[in-house]
This record gives sequence, structure tokens and C-alpha cells, in this order.
Amino acid sequence: MSKLDYLQRLEAESIHIFREVIAECEKPVMLYSVGKDSSVMLHIARKAFAPAKPPFPLLQIASGWDFREMIAFRDAVAKKYQWELLVHTNEEGVRAGVKPWTHGAAYSDIMLTQALRQALDKHGFDAAFGGGRRDEEKSRAKERVFSFRSAQHRWDPKNQRPELWSLYNARKNRGESIRVFPLSNWTELDVWQYIHLQKIPIVPLYLAKPRPVVKRDGRLIMVDDDRLPLGAGDRVQTLSVRFRTLGCYPLTGATLSTAADIPAVIREMLSTKYSEREGRGVDKDGSASMEKKKQEGYF
Amino acid sequence: MTATGARGAGAGGAGAGSAGAGARGDASDIEEYIERNQRKDLLRFLTCGSVDDGKSSLIGRLLFEAKMIFDDQFATLKEDSMKVGTLGGAVDFALLVDGLSAEREQGITIDVAYRFFKTEKRKFIVADTPGHEQYTRNMVTGASTADLAVILIDARKGVLTQTRRHSYVAALLGIRHIVVAVNKMDLVDYSREVFNKIELEYREFARHIKLEAITCIPVSAVVGDNVTMRSSATPWYRGPSLLEHLESVAVPDPAEGAAFRMPVQWVNRPNPEFRGFAGMIASGVVHPGDAVRVLPSGRTSTVARVFTGEGESREGVAGQSVTLTLNDEVDVSRGDVLCAAKAPLMVANQFEATIIWMHDEPLLQGRAYLLKIGTQTVTATVAPIKYRVNVNTMEHLAAKRLDLNDIGVCGLELSSAIPFEAYRDSRVLGGFILIDRLTNNTVGAGLLHFALRRSQNVHWQALDVNKRSRALLSHQKPCILWFTGLSGAGKSTIANLVEKQLHAQGRQTYLLDGDNVRHGLNKDLGFADQDRVENIRRVAEVARLMVDAGLIVMVSFISPFRSERRMARALVEKGEFIEIFVDTPLKEAEARDAKGLYKKARSGQLKNFTGIDSPYEAPEKPEIRLDTTKLTAEAAASRIVAHLRAAGIIDVGSDLGI
Ligand SMILES: Nc1nc2c(ncn2[C@@H]2O[C@H](COP(=O)(O)OP(=O)(O)O)[C@@H](O)[C@H]2O)c(=O)[nH]1
Repeated sequence: MSKLDYLQRLEAESIHIFREVIAECEKPVMLYSVGKDSSVMLHIARKAFAPAKPPFPLLQIASGWDFREMIAFRDAVAKKYQWELLVHTNEEGVRAGVKPWTHGAAYSDIMLTQALRQALDKHGFDAAFGGGRRDEEKSRAKERVFSFRSAQHRWDPKNQRPELWSLYNARKNRGESIRVFPLSNWTELDVWQYIHLQKIPIVPLYLAKPRPVVKRDGRLIMVDDDRLPLGAGDRVQTLSVRFRTLGCYPLTGATLSTAADIPAVIREMLSTKYSEREGRGVDKDGSASMEKKKQEGYF
Repeated sequence: MTATGARGAGAGGAGAGSAGAGARGDASDIEEYIERNQRKDLLRFLTCGSVDDGKSSLIGRLLFEAKMIFDDQFATLKEDSMKVGTLGGAVDFALLVDGLSAEREQGITIDVAYRFFKTEKRKFIVADTPGHEQYTRNMVTGASTADLAVILIDARKGVLTQTRRHSYVAALLGIRHIVVAVNKMDLVDYSREVFNKIELEYREFARHIKLEAITCIPVSAVVGDNVTMRSSATPWYRGPSLLEHLESVAVPDPAEGAAFRMPVQWVNRPNPEFRGFAGMIASGVVHPGDAVRVLPSGRTSTVARVFTGEGESREGVAGQSVTLTLNDEVDVSRGDVLCAAKAPLMVANQFEATIIWMHDEPLLQGRAYLLKIGTQTVTATVAPIKYRVNVNTMEHLAAKRLDLNDIGVCGLELSSAIPFEAYRDSRVLGGFILIDRLTNNTVGAGLLHFALRRSQNVHWQALDVNKRSRALLSHQKPCILWFTGLSGAGKSTIANLVEKQLHAQGRQTYLLDGDNVRHGLNKDLGFADQDRVENIRRVAEVARLMVDAGLIVMVSFISPFRSERRMARALVEKGEFIEIFVDTPLKEAEARDAKGLYKKARSGQLKNFTGIDSPYEAPEKPEIRLDTTKLTAEAAASRIVAHLRAAGIIDVGSDLGI
């Protein structure tokens, strides 16, 4: 009899989580951020329900500042699998002229956190799959797989339900919803290995290529379109870069890299000196910031 | 140490920590690395120790030495060490793993945190749990998925109460491998005597709680001795370093060798041709062609096809999430368990179990909770509590309730029978959680020991179990369905059909049939009016007892007199008596004359026959009137079942207002 290796065990656990939600919740949705974790989630969801189609739509929160390649990839994926895709943007934020460089930390709150809440409320989803992993950040290490949010979408770290064995209590009180993290026990390296072994398509931005970038606060920001304000001193260079995480392009730092395929990315990862969140502008304020964000409803 | 050295050799041992080694070569290496890395297995372990035993320091160091710490994290760590560290500004690895900010302020870990690291040999998931008695529930949570436990002992303090508690909980949750890390050896001059004394004392104690596979290692989390590398400071110690041990200890999964079991999680029906049963295999192996049994129904079939994440497969193994199709059209739904036909598991609804209470509101005897086990949820009443365990001394204490963090042994009565295994044989089919029906919180966890036989439970009648609690268990409101009508009207036929339908839905019923009762209970009675009255009185009393027992009772009696029916109605509570008038005109009943009784009555062979020479008083306001000249028996039965549903007698779920 064959013994399962650890990636197979992780995959089996994730499938189990997907199925449990479908069996116990009324209206689930999958948050599709178009990133690598989302790509893995999507792949596993398809396995979990094959030969049926996964019985839930995809939801993407578009800030209006997503990389163009992400949008193209998103649409191609939805089309390829004929998967219902919902896209939501916080129109109030757009009307108020909220831009990545105008509102500081409030930007991500308005265009991502608020937008997500709006979308979940609008459609009445009672469970949302997210690609969060416990290895991402210290406060995530204590996150449950089934993480409850109050009607106001707040997370109460003091009042989490114990999770034992593989038994998940999905019973909700009125107004509550659940964020479910099927990849809780995966690490960044696991995700890359799985992508490699399963040949999962990912946004090309993860692979190195000459791209136009400017230096901002010590980070390399890609000039993805002409909305990025360029000062007199800004010098656009074309450098071989890739991204470790993806978000709004003006806030996402690129890494100098020549890793043009996944094995090369894995090799770089194994020798890198910086954690995944290093490139994310959103997380830069203090080591407890992620936790604060989650209490406020950031995914 | 420089920041760039953070993922290189750790402070404790040059060249320690083998993760990533060999992965820094060129492109051809990387494929090989991935290949090698992929084949690694996974060890899930738990660390427990009380505040200040050095647990965080130890895990932090393991992560660091396994090169799981990036430069930016290391930079933050150094800053934090200056600000809040306990080592006078030196790098404090404990800060790497202290999570939520509130906890960090208090300087203690109060929830289960999961950490991940890997080495050349294995991949690890660490459940990091706090050690104080008030966090027993957190430790139980962490232990529920662990294969091994690392128990910290402060070398200066030796085996303490908390050490015993941690060991007891680990043993209880089925952890078979224990590592005792005797920490802070630097503070006892790496004394062999100190270590030996602790080891001896621990082994003596461990024998009592039947822990067998024990490894004791002298370590210093802060200095790094024997954490990843064997230390020269303990030349007398011949065993492996902590990491070496974790990398090499064999932890066979007992589920692999056991018989096939799979709780059905979800039925996959994308089209009429495909009916797949999805679930995670709890134990054993399954192949196409294997004979399987569906429990609790007991039906059997054979496996047609096995689908895994990689498509159709020749086998499915323990721990794998699969979809199975069967060769026969058997009824299978979520909550059922598929198992090897030759080695089916037991089905029962009364158990003895250990319960670990996890909520501020205490567990009370006789209160009903939802119980989730495998993929099904049933109602459970906890009664009686046999004893509570003093987790420090393992003493058994009398108890009427369990408070937060209490561990007790209880009786459990479920609303329906479930397939199960003892927890020591299967975590999946023997481990359960209890959910509060009002707040939906997870309030307890439990481990099934064995099924109780009713005959062994004479003491149960002493409990405060009443009609409501019984009704709650069976998801039905008990009541009397009183069928009245002429002989041959169709009462028994319809009552029979109703009972069949209710039974199929899992309702608990009993049919009291006039003819049958007259053969036994009432065989001393004839058909004179006073005998008819006594006949109905006795039947009504029996029906009342059965309602008290929580049953839906069907009484199928001609019961011709209004006053007797009124008397029967008065015996039970309002709403519990449903009078069903099976309205068949005499002409029609006589024409049917299934038993030839009308003929006998007309010819005078039978005296006092209702409708002929004894009156029938039709009900004035029956709950249900069935005109059998217009309805088939099946349609009549369905009308009754629909009425019961509308009246909240059946399908009441958890809304009994209790
Ligand atoms: N000298 C010495 N101190 C230690 C050792 N392990 C932990 N400590 C100290 O003991 C205190 C508590 O350690 P910590 O890891 O936070 O304990 P936890 O509460 O079990 O997580 C801290 O001041 C540590 O620096 C050790 O092996 N030797």
C-alpha cells in the first residue's frame, strides 16, 4: 500500500475542508485574489468536487489598481473553467478619489477590506474560502480553519471555537459568516512545490522578466500603466524582476530576479533572506499590524 | 551574529540545521531537491510546558536552526529582543513564536499556535500549546492531531504536577510517543545526576498512565545544547539531539493497517449517471471490487470505482480524500459510514465516554447537546457523570457537572444510533465535539470508550429524564393518533401505512391494534357496553404511557363512543391527541366485509356488532377526517403524515423550545 507524502496529506486535508463547507453551509463563495494561493485553492476545489463543478462562484475584489496581467489571467481562468466570476469594486471609494498614494493605510481598508464586506453583504454569502496560511504571519499561527466573523465582519481572537481533529463546527448564529482557510497548514514552499508538481497555471508576474520599474521607498514598483505619478527624479528602468506576492501594483514591491520558471523560483526561495510579506506595502506598519487588520475584517 | 547569518548556521552549533542544504546548487539540483523533498513524510507534534519552562525559546530555536527565519524577521526579532526580550538584549528566540499582541503583553501563550518547519528528512507541524491548568482545553486541541508530544521540564524544578497533567492529557488523546525535554541544563551545570533523577522519576510515573515510548533529552533552549546538535556540554548523554529524534522516530499510523472505514461527507451527483460518495478515508485501503457495507443501514454493495485527486485510481488509502462509486443503487447519505463488509464497525446509541469541557458554562447532567462525530451530527444527552478526573493527581472525584477544563467520564445517550469505534482504535470514528444548541459554540470534546447495553443501565431510570428530554432525543413530539371508524373502514390498513412512513423517517412509533390487544391485555373483556368502555380505558392508559415514553402511538380501535374518546383525549396534554375519523359509510364497509364479520352479524351469529346492533357515534370535530370513498389508503396515510409535519409533531429538529 502506498503511503501518502506530505503534499498529498495537505491536499487531502484541503479537499476535506472544501467538502465540509459545501455540506454544511448555504451560500459559499471563493475569494479569488488571482495570486498563487488562489490558483492552488482553485485547483484543489476542482479536485474536491470532480466530476461535478465546484458549487460556488469566484469573487474578486478589484481595487482598480490591480496589475493588468492579473485581470487578464482572472478572466481567462473563469472562462476556461466556465466558473461564475463576481467582481466587486468599492465604487464609493473610487468616487471619493481614493488612490494608493492618497490615503496611506486607509487605502487598503477602503478598497480591499470595505469592498470585501460590501460584496459579501450584497450577495449574502455565509462562507468565504480564502487562501490564508498560518505560516504567513505570527498572528495567523493561531487562526482557525473555520474562522467566524460577526455580522460586522469582526474577528474576535479571544473568542474562537476550539478545532479538534478534523471536526469543524460550521454552525452559525444569525448574521455571522465564516472565513474558511483550506490552505491553513501549507507553507509558501509547499505552495510552490505543489504548483510545480501539479503544473498549475499562475500569473506570469511571479516569474522573472524585464519589466519597467521605479524605485520608491527602497522598493521596486512596476510601472504597469500611465496612472502611476512619476516625479522629475523618477527614473524608469527596465529590470529583470518578479513578484513574490501580488496586490495593487503601486504598493507591491518587485524582487530583482532571473528566475524565469518555477524550479528557479523555488531555488531562489530556498536561498532568499526575506519573508514573503516583505514586498507588501500593506503590512509594513509594526509586527502586530496584521492582527489589527484582521480584527477589523481584512481577510 | 550578523543578519545575513540568520538562515545560516545557528548560534548553538556551527553547521547545524540541515534544511535547504543541497538546495543551493544549480538548476539540475533543484528538480532533484523537489523530488526528494516531496517524498518526505509529515510529523505533527505538540509542545507543552508551563510558563517559563522555555517552550517558546525551544520552538523559536528549532525554527531558527531549521532556517525557517528570514532576515527581515530576524531583524524584527533583534529589535524586539532589545525592547521586550528577557535576555538583556541578546536575541530572544521565544519572541519568534509569541503570537497575539495581548498575549505578548502578558508574556504568556494562551492559544494553540501552529508552526511549520522542515529538515532534510521530514516536514513538521508543531502545535504550540500553553501549559497552565486553565488552558487544558487548548492542550487537548493541540493534542488531537499530534503524533508525538514534547513535554518540557525545567531541570531545576524536576517532575511537577503540571508535567503529570501534560502527560495524562497526551496519553488520553492517544499520543503514543513522548519526548521529555529536560530544559535549562545550563542552569544546573549540565549535571548528569539531575538529569538521571528526573528521567527515573518520570519513567516511574509514566508506567502508571501506560505511556510507553518515552525519550528523555537534556537540552538548553537558550544556549542550544542538544536541540539540533549533540552538545559537548553533556558528554555523558549518548542519545540523539531533539531534532535528530524528531527526524527519525517512527510513528506508524495505526489507521493504515486497520480495516477500511470512510465517513461519507458529501454525495456527488453531477448527472443522473454518476453517484459518488465523497469522504476522507479514516482507516484502511479500498479498491474497486471490494465488498462494502453502509452503516447504520447495514446494506452492502461492492466498490465500482475509486477517484482520488489524480483521477481514477486502483486504490484509496487512509488519510486520502476520495470519491467512490458503488455497483448497486443503495441509499447512502452524509453521515453514513462505508466500511469493509467483512469487518463492519458497531452501531449503538448509548456510550461511555470521556468528555473534556471547554466552555465557561458548565456541562450539566441531562442537558441535550449536539454531537458531531465523523460527518454526522446528532443530539446527545449527557448522563450520568460517573466521575471527574483530577488532572493533577488522576484521582476520580464525584461530580454533577463539568466546568471549564474539567475532564470527566460520562454516559451518553444519542438521538439515533451511530456507527463508531473506540477512540483508542480510531480518532476519526471515536472522537467527537459537543455543540451548544443555542449559542452554536463548541463546548466540549469527547472520546468514545464503548457502547452500553440497555440492560446494563438500570441506574438510568433514576435520572431526570422526562417526556420532553426523550422527545428531544428522538426529534419528534410524542402523540396519540386515534383512529376511529366502523369495522372494515380501513383503520388498520391506513394506520399501518402511516407507521411504515414514520418508521422509514426514523420516527419511533407503536401501533396498538384493537384485534391484537384483545388477544392479550384485554382478553378478559367481551363486547358488552361496559366491557367496551373498559377496553378503551385500558388502551388509552397504555397509549398514555407510551406517549410519556416519547413514542408516536397509533391506536386503531372502532371506539364507537364519544365519551370514551373524550376520556382518552383527556389523559394526555393538549395537542397530543389527534383524532382521525376513518369515515366509511356502513354500506361501503359492509360491502367490503374483509373479515366476513358483517355477514355473521347480519345473520345473528355475532352480537353487539357496531353499526348493526350497537351504535357508532361519529366524531363531531376530529383533527382529521378521511373519506375513504374518495381517498386511497396511501393518499389517506400521506394526508396524516402531512398533518403531523404541519403540526410540528415530526421533523421538529432542535426547535422544541427547550
Ligand atoms: N538559562 C536558560 N534559560 C532558559 C532556557 N530556556 C528558556 N529560558 C528562559 O526562561 C524564560 C522563559 O522562557 P520561554 O521560552 O518564554 O518559556 P515559555 O513560557 O515556556 O514559552 C525566558 O527568560 C528564557 O530566556 C534555558 O535552556 N536556559
